[in-house]
This record gives sequence, C-alpha cells and structure tokens, in this order.
Amino acid sequence: MGKLFAVVLTIITVVSTAIFATRVWWLPTDISLHGPRIDHQLVETMVSCGVLFVVSQLSLAAFAWRYGDRRDGRPVKAFPGGATPMVVMAVVLVGAEILALTFVGAKLWAGIYQTPPDPNSLAIDVQAEQFAFYFRYPGPDGKPGATHPELMNEATENYFGLDPAHDTTARDDIVVPTLTIPVNRPILLTLRAKDVNHAFYVPELRIQQDFVPGLAIPLHFTAVQTGKFEIVCTQLCGLGHYNMRAYVEVMPQDRFDEWLKEKVAQQ
Amino acid sequence: MSHAPVLEHAPPRGFLRTHVFSVDHKVIGKQYLDLALVAVCTGMVLSWLMRLHLAWPTLSIPGLEKLSPNGAAGGVITPEYYLSLMTMHGTIMVFFVLTTAPFAGFGNYFLPIQVGAEDMAFPRINMASFWVTLVAFLVLISSFFVHDGPALSGWTAYAPLSAVGKDAGPGQGAGQTLWAVSIAIFCVAQLLGALNFIATTLDLRTRGMSLARMPFSTWAWFITAVIGLIAFAVLMPACILLILDRVAGTSFFIPAGLVISDRLQPHAGGSPLLWQHLFWFFGHPEVYIAILPGFGIISHILPVFARKPLLGPRAMIGCLIAIAFLSYTVWGHHMFLSGMNPFSATLFSVPTLIITIPATIVTLLWIGTIYGAKLRFTTPALFCLGFVSVFVSGGISGFFLAQPSTDVYLHGTYFVVAHFHFVMGVAAMFGIFAGTYFWFPKMFGRLMNETLGKWHFWLTFIGVYCVFMPMHYLGLAGNVRRYSAFTDDYLKPLIPLHQFITVAALFTGAAQLIFLFNLLRSRFRGPKAPANPWEATTLEWSTTSPPPFDNFGGHPPVVQRGPNEYGVKGAAGDYVMQAAP
Repeated sequence: MGKLFAVVLTIITVVSTAIFATRVWWLPTDISLHGPRIDHQLVETMVSCGVLFVVSQLSLAAFAWRYGDRRDGRPVKAFPGGATPMVVMAVVLVGAEILALTFVGAKLWAGIYQTPPDPNSLAIDVQAEQFAFYFRYPGPDGKPGATHPELMNEATENYFGLDPAHDTTARDDIVVPTLTIPVNRPILLTLRAKDVNHAFYVPELRIQQDFVPGLAIPLHFTAVQTGKFEIVCTQLCGLGHYNMRAYVEVMPQDRFDEWLKEKVAQQ
Repeated sequence: MSHAPVLEHAPPRGFLRTHVFSVDHKVIGKQYLDLALVAVCTGMVLSWLMRLHLAWPTLSIPGLEKLSPNGAAGGVITPEYYLSLMTMHGTIMVFFVLTTAPFAGFGNYFLPIQVGAEDMAFPRINMASFWVTLVAFLVLISSFFVHDGPALSGWTAYAPLSAVGKDAGPGQGAGQTLWAVSIAIFCVAQLLGALNFIATTLDLRTRGMSLARMPFSTWAWFITAVIGLIAFAVLMPACILLILDRVAGTSFFIPAGLVISDRLQPHAGGSPLLWQHLFWFFGHPEVYIAILPGFGIISHILPVFARKPLLGPRAMIGCLIAIAFLSYTVWGHHMFLSGMNPFSATLFSVPTLIITIPATIVTLLWIGTIYGAKLRFTTPALFCLGFVSVFVSGGISGFFLAQPSTDVYLHGTYFVVAHFHFVMGVAAMFGIFAGTYFWFPKMFGRLMNETLGKWHFWLTFIGVYCVFMPMHYLGLAGNVRRYSAFTDDYLKPLIPLHQFITVAALFTGAAQLIFLFNLLRSRFRGPKAPANPWEATTLEWSTTSPPPFDNFGGHPPVVQRGPNEYGVKGAAGDYVMQAAP
C-alpha cells in the first residue's frame, strides 16, 4: 500500500507541476507598463513554491514507499538530528524567502498603489453600478461636473447624476460605456460605486481594484499596447454579476484625439 | 487541577434524556457529527448543482423546479439562484461542517475522555450549545423556502449588498435576514462551546495529566476554543449590526448617496469596509478554527500508525500556539484591493507570510515522523498521509495570495477558490475522515470496513486533485470566481476545463456514498471492536468501546506519562499507555 501511495502521489505531483511549467493555461499577454514586474514576481514565487511543493510531496511519497508495511523486524528510527535542525532550517529558509519576496513585492506594490499618479495623467471618472461600468471625461473645460445621487437615472441615461441645467462644468462632460484611452499615456481613474461593491479587473493590464460605495478610489496605470480588452467585475454585486463587463480600448494618441474631438462635437 | 469526582449526575433514564436531550458529552459529540453529516450532504449536493450549471448552463436538472419554482424554472438554474446555491454551499460548509465536525463533534466526544474527565465542565451549557447550533442550521435551511430565495451575497455577505434589503435584487429579502440571524445564533452556540472546552481543559484534567502530557488533539481543540472565543465574539455583534441595518433602518455599513433600482437609499454615515474588517477579523481565524483540529487529529493519529513518537512534540504545540496568535494579525490580506489604505496591505502581508513558517514546520514534523517508521496502512493512516499532501498543495498557493503584488492579478479568481478549498476544505475533510475511521470503533463499539475505507480514500484522494488542482490553472488564466456563466470572450476557451472539473466533482461526490454506506452499515452491523484496536496510548483507549456514561466506570485514570510513547523498546507490544502504571 505504501508503494501504491508513493506512485499515485508522484504521478499527481509530476502532472500538476508539468501543467504549470509548460504554461498550458497561463496569464494573458501583459499590456501594462508595470505588468512585467508583477509577472516576474509571480514567476519567482512560482519557482520557489514549485520547488517546495515537489520536494515536500516527493519526500512524503519516498518515505511512504520506504517505510510502509515494513516487516523486516528492525526497530523504528528517529529522524537524524531530531526536530531542532528541521525547525531551524524552516525558519531560515522560509524566512529568507519571505524577506526576499517582501522586499521586492512591497516595492512593486508601492509603485502601483502607493505612488502618486503622474501629474500629466489623463483623468477619467468611473462609475460602477448593477451591472455596468460608465466612464466620464471632463470635456474641453477640463472640469468634471458635480454628481448628485438624486439625479441618477437609468431611463434618462444620467448615470453620474449630472445637472447640466444648473452646472456649467457638467455640460461638456463626456459619458461613455467603453473606456477609451491613449497608449503610453498615464491614466488616472477615480472609481466610485453607485449602489454596492464592484471591482475593476483587466487581466491584461494586471490591475484590479474594488469600488466601494461612499469612497472615491484612485487607480493609475499606463497601457503600452493598443487593442480592445475586457473589463470584468470581480466583486459579487448581485444576480447580473457574471455579466457585468465593459471594454477598454487602447488606441494611438492621434486616434484618441480624433475620438475625443468627435465626442466633444456630439455634445 | 481537580482530583475529586467532578460530576455527580447519574446515567439518565428514558429515551429522550439518554439520546435526545442528553447532557452526556459523548451523545452531544455524536449529535454534532450527525448534524455535520446532514450539513455536508446538503452542501455537497449544492456544489454539484453549481458545477453542473457552470459546465452546462442550459442543462435542465430534474426535480429542481420543485425546490425553487422561481430559481430553477424548468429545472434550469437562473444566475441569481446560482449565487444562492453558492452562498448556501459556503455558509453550510464553513459553519456547519468545518467548524461543527472537527471541533464541536470530535472535540466534545474526546476532549473530556482524553484529559480523564467524566464530562465537560458545564454539561447543560454543552447541551444548549448543540441545540442552539441546530436552531441556527434550521433557520439557515428555512431560507430555501422563503419567497425570493436564500441569500446570494456569498458566505462573506459583503455590505452594502447584504445590508440594503430588497432593492438590491433577489435574495436580498427575507433570505438574507435569515442568513444573518442564523449566523448570529451560531455564534452564541460556538461561544458556549468554546467556554466549555477551555474550562474543561484547564480544570478537569485527571491526576497526572499535566498540560505537557495532553494529547496533541486536546491541545488543538483547546487552542481552537481560544481562537473561537475571540473570533465569534466579533462576528456575533457584526451580524446583529447587519440585521439592524436591514430591519431597523440603521446605517452601520451603508454610506450616504446610494442609488439602487433608481431609488436613493434612506441611509447615511455607514462604512462598507467596516463590515469587511469585522467579518475578516472573524473570517481569517475561522480558517484556523477549521484546520487546527485537523492538525491535532493528524498529530494524534500519525504516531499510532507510524509506531513511533511524533517528531518534535514541543515544536508542534509551539507552532499551534504561534498560528493561533498570528491568525489575528492577518485578516487584512483578504482586503488588499478592497479600498483599504494600500499602506496597510504591506503591513498585513508580512504576518501572513510569517504564518507559513509554523505551517511549514508542522508539515516537516509530520513528514519527519514518517521517516524510519513502521507505517501501518490502515484507512485512518491513509487519510493522514493524504491530509499532509493536500495541506501542502493548498498551503503553498497561499504564498501567491499573501503578497499584494501578485494578489493584484489573482484576487477574485479561481486561484483563490483552489487555495482555500485545498487548505481548509479538503485538508479539514481529510482530518475529519481520519478522525472518523480512527475513533469510530471507540464511539460505536464496532469496526468500520477497511476495504471500503481504502476504496473511499483512493477515489477521494485522486478525485480532489482532479477537482481543485485545475482551478489554479483557471485562476492563472484570469477566470473570475462567483460567475454563474462564462459569457466573457476570454473565458469561453476555459469551459472545457470547467466541464472536466464538474465530471471530477460528481465522481468524487459519488465516492462519498461508499463512506456513507460504510458509516451507516458499520454503526449497526460492523464487527465488535476491542477497547484498543489500534494499539494507541491515550486515555480514550484505556476504557471500553464505547465508554460507559462516566467514561471510566467510576475509576478516573491516573496518568503516568505523555501520549507519545510509541516504538518503546522492551515494552509489551511497542507502546506504553498513558495510564499504565
């Protein structure tokens, strides 16, 4: 039975690891400026955890093979050196790994979430609601209009609760259902939720952030590749959660300028 | 330490007092285990329905329409009903299985016997804690039968979705209120239970049973009780505040200016993040409430079948205490992306990573115990080895989620689902299985069938890897969790992998029927068990199978040594029992 356990566990370990290593299923291509460092941290973690996984599982398998169903009459023997070297080894090795991961990872995290955005960022407001995202550009005056929850209305498509009748800054605001951004330009999103928690997740952008009702949460990134990618909600928000998505369209700066001009003209 | 007889109650008379409203910790332990069995069957059926829907969203499931005419018209699960099934699956499994069975069930039955006591310190409170748990379960199940269905905001019930009531859509009416009421009641039961465990361990140990001589399982239940006492004491008021937000118009978790279904909500001043902090302050220790009894059970059982002492007994207990302490410092790792101050993410990340050190040590101690052993491959031994394997698999993926910089990508994906199912679901279940096969002879005086037990192990062991390992791959590919269907373009290529997981889940679930059959049949028809069938050292094996009402027939044992005396040269057999002169 010990040998059978060893064989089954070895097969499980080898197959699982091989699928990770050959990247049968893997992250989509990164399109963000900060993404390569996240991917690098993920691969580093994957390699060290992979070694730990394989060594632990295979020692379990080897010991089960060697010491299972023994009928050789020899007495049991203690682990060489007892528990102390093992404890010291775990503290030193895992501790070193933790220090290394934290040192690199904390800087990386701080670079994305704790650093102020570039002052030249393109600022866009994002409003999440059951079950859609809307994006607002401030228009030619550069000032977004004030939002009034009591004016928010689905039927009149006033998703942000703007008051163009009284508020001049709101009149030129551009509200669209697709996040359109120029490539290679820092983007600063301000996330607000209209009703419940939602989340902004674009796997290709390696960015994720919750929307929290009552909070305006900044999120900044730079896309370095053009294309159209899905924005999905990752925070359970009700029955339509699975269907809550929008697109981010990354375009060259000149095309973006044209797009913006068109939108302004439509106002 | 008390040496005098601790209880004066005589064996009860009459069926009701003996088997139903019993104050005997052994009966209460079995009642908890029976409740957990009903709960786990319910939770598993819910997971089958979810898995079937994920793989084949338009599939009509016969009979389902009768249970929920709205949620499954024509037998096809609606998106909202899927979320209800998911919420109920998580809630039932976490609270009524993973907390109830390994801690309240086995702990109730064996903690008093293992310390040489006649019963728990407060038998009536003990009985109350079981009946209160049952009420909590019935309240939760009743939500299946209310008009707009059970709660659907997940087992974490994030506010304001869970707090604003009917405007937020289906599942936010009576179902969500019943959810919060059920969990608040459950907390009361757990607090009563935890007090009893702590008092019994500290005050009712028999002569010679110093703390250092307590079995590892007793240590684990004791530490778990301490964790539970603090954790449930926070969750209960949180649930009460949630109920008040829902029914009394308060705004603990609801800020101003929310517009739901085109209606401005009459709330102001609350914080959705407050709920998350309160919930996870309970929620992360809860993971250890589910798994630490498993640690204890494995550390208790492994030496019995390795026929040698557990490696590093003091290191093991030190690690359990370290994990318990650290479990209160890590809750924010569930909230890296929640909108909490990003500075605190790093702060929560460090203790989360540090907790891997004691977790690694205990794993190495188990593996080191097998080194040089004479392993007897009984069913409980197999489940012990399986436990170590699945715990390693689940624990390692924690490294990815403990770091905010990699969590940015993996948060909210199936990678998380894989992680927590392996580490607190499957590992804890393997601990429960090991405990059941190991202690069944003591509890029922009969042996379980070993052949069926081994079939159960092999099918389950291979099955769980087929179900949960691929979820890591889904997570890496960016597959978002809590989706009832995969309509996003980038998720469509992953559907075949989901179908594989569904088939594996049905297969693994079917394998549990072997366990169920073995359990029920052996309870009545299994061969008679001797007092100590496994040649183990601890006090529960010094008494008859099953033990008499006062556990030791009026002669409390006197303990002479620790529980770890295996592979002893010169001893009759190769072990010395704790109470042997």
